[in-house]
Amino acid sequence: MSIDTQTAAKVAKLARIRVEDEDLPALAQEFNDILGFIEQLNEVDVEGVEPMTSVTPMRLPRRQDVVNDGDQQQKVLANAPDAREGFFAVPKVVE
Amino acid sequence: MTDLNSLTIAEARDKLRSGETSSIELTEACLSKIEGAGALGAFVHHTPKLAREQAKAADARIAGGDAPAMCGIPLGIKDLFCTKGVASQAGSAILDGFTPEYESTVSQNLFDAGSVMLGKLNMDEFAMGSSNETSVYGNAVNPWRRGNDDAALTPGGSSGGSASAVAADLCLGATGTDTGGSIRQPAAFVGITGIKPTYGRCSRWGIVAFASSLDQAGPMTKSVRDAAIMLEAMCGHDPKDSTSADIPVPDFEAMLTGDVRGKVIGIPQEYRMDGMPEEIETLWRDGTAMLRDAGAEIRDITLPHTKYALPAYYVIAPAEASSNLARYDGVRYGHRAALSQGEGITEMYEKTRAEGFGPEVKRRVMIGTYVLSAGFYDAYYNRARRVRALIKKDFEDVFADGIDAILTPATPSAAFGLGEMANADPVQMYLNDVFTVTVNLAGLPGISVPAGLDKQGLPLGLQLIGRPWEEGDLLNTAYALESAAGFVAKPAKWW
Repeated sequence: MSIDTQTAAKVAKLARIRVEDEDLPALAQEFNDILGFIEQLNEVDVEGVEPMTSVTPMRLPRRQDVVNDGDQQQKVLANAPDAREGFFAVPKVVE
Repeated sequence: MTDLNSLTIAEARDKLRSGETSSIELTEACLSKIEGAGALGAFVHHTPKLAREQAKAADARIAGGDAPAMCGIPLGIKDLFCTKGVASQAGSAILDGFTPEYESTVSQNLFDAGSVMLGKLNMDEFAMGSSNETSVYGNAVNPWRRGNDDAALTPGGSSGGSASAVAADLCLGATGTDTGGSIRQPAAFVGITGIKPTYGRCSRWGIVAFASSLDQAGPMTKSVRDAAIMLEAMCGHDPKDSTSADIPVPDFEAMLTGDVRGKVIGIPQEYRMDGMPEEIETLWRDGTAMLRDAGAEIRDITLPHTKYALPAYYVIAPAEASSNLARYDGVRYGHRAALSQGEGITEMYEKTRAEGFGPEVKRRVMIGTYVLSAGFYDAYYNRARRVRALIKKDFEDVFADGIDAILTPATPSAAFGLGEMANADPVQMYLNDVFTVTVNLAGLPGISVPAGLDKQGLPLGLQLIGRPWEEGDLLNTAYALESAAGFVAKPAKWW
């Protein structure tokens, strides 16, 4: 499986990371190096093996469906690059 | 008399309790050493005011007579831990200016025990790296050098600042985190002890997430006894982390008898790598002999899927990272890119992440994105999770056969020079974790213990891997190894 610059561009787009066009060939090459290393996994017989979901056999604990936190608007917004009138502000999303 | 900053945690605790010294004196000794150690790049955010307040409170508590072991002990905290009111950036530009409104559970546990925070410690960006060279703060530097050569060496990574600070006696202990070896590899590179406990022992709440199914916090200390003392204070059930184990935390220190008679130590043949330096081989053989002489039974074992651990890790960890790091979007905290006329929210995300993340983080986020994308999820991600199940089963099988602990080298080499790997492809750097990463994939406890020096005078470490939840027994085996190895070397001060 070889990754071309077009695939690299698509992955960058999916990851929401801007990559300049001139940097795409080098990026594609790095992907190919890493994926080439990962290809070794195809040597392993995984027939009948379940993919691991939790390293410790445990049931995730449940909690009561009640409010146990909240009323922290100021703290939540304290680190926002742009907060206005109690909200996070972002560029216009809907025309 | 030993400088106060050079004390172990156990020694300092005893002196604090006997009234021979105070937390304020210990703290001032460390603060003055930190001030003179800028060249190590270990401390990246300094909190002397907080440290003095905490030290004063600790002294009052010690005077009251019922202070826990960690009370009054000055520590460094890895930048990955969110600390209330103190910058916490995970070594990344994207969290520039982030000041948490909350405290991570692990640092809170340490503060509840009376510990003192001297400041935040350097690390690879988002804990992604093995040399501390991906940090936005610049490199952390190893206090050790090769003989008289003044080339700067890596302290390892990702907990490079923690390793450097403890080895240089800038603090008595430090927190680290370990996703693929980030506590054990740097500990080995600087000649200190580092333990990654069983997955679920330490709460992950408030620790900036890298790969949630692999991340664990642990202590980096000057001795195995200190690791036992500090780990106990860090552990405990936390309802805020759904994978936190609700089981009692034993008195780890009380389990350090040094008696390993009758214990069965496994030596895995797969860890004998092609091209492994002779010195590592010798160290491993010497460590084996030390445990045998201490009365342990040595048995050759096989962990057949070892070879596939690194490739599985480099699917699973980037996949989880790509998901975890999706939150850095310039909306809620940290950096937001300036936008040009006509640019909208998508450009904001893309520019913010391009500016805020360094090259290694971008690479891993994109690899993770790729292996999770439609059409490749089964071929890469699910296959890696199946291989992970087989790696875990390898360990379960040997433990079921009566193995108590497994002895391996901690790293495939001694510390390398900063910049030496700059032109290597990323996979070369990843090979640093070849002996440690299996332990994360299987969720097991692993400890790195300094065991000798190479011919250039650099420290080398051995790793012991234990059964799940049996950190006490593992620490005791490490204690026996430490006693037999008698590693006491310290780096000569040049900084």
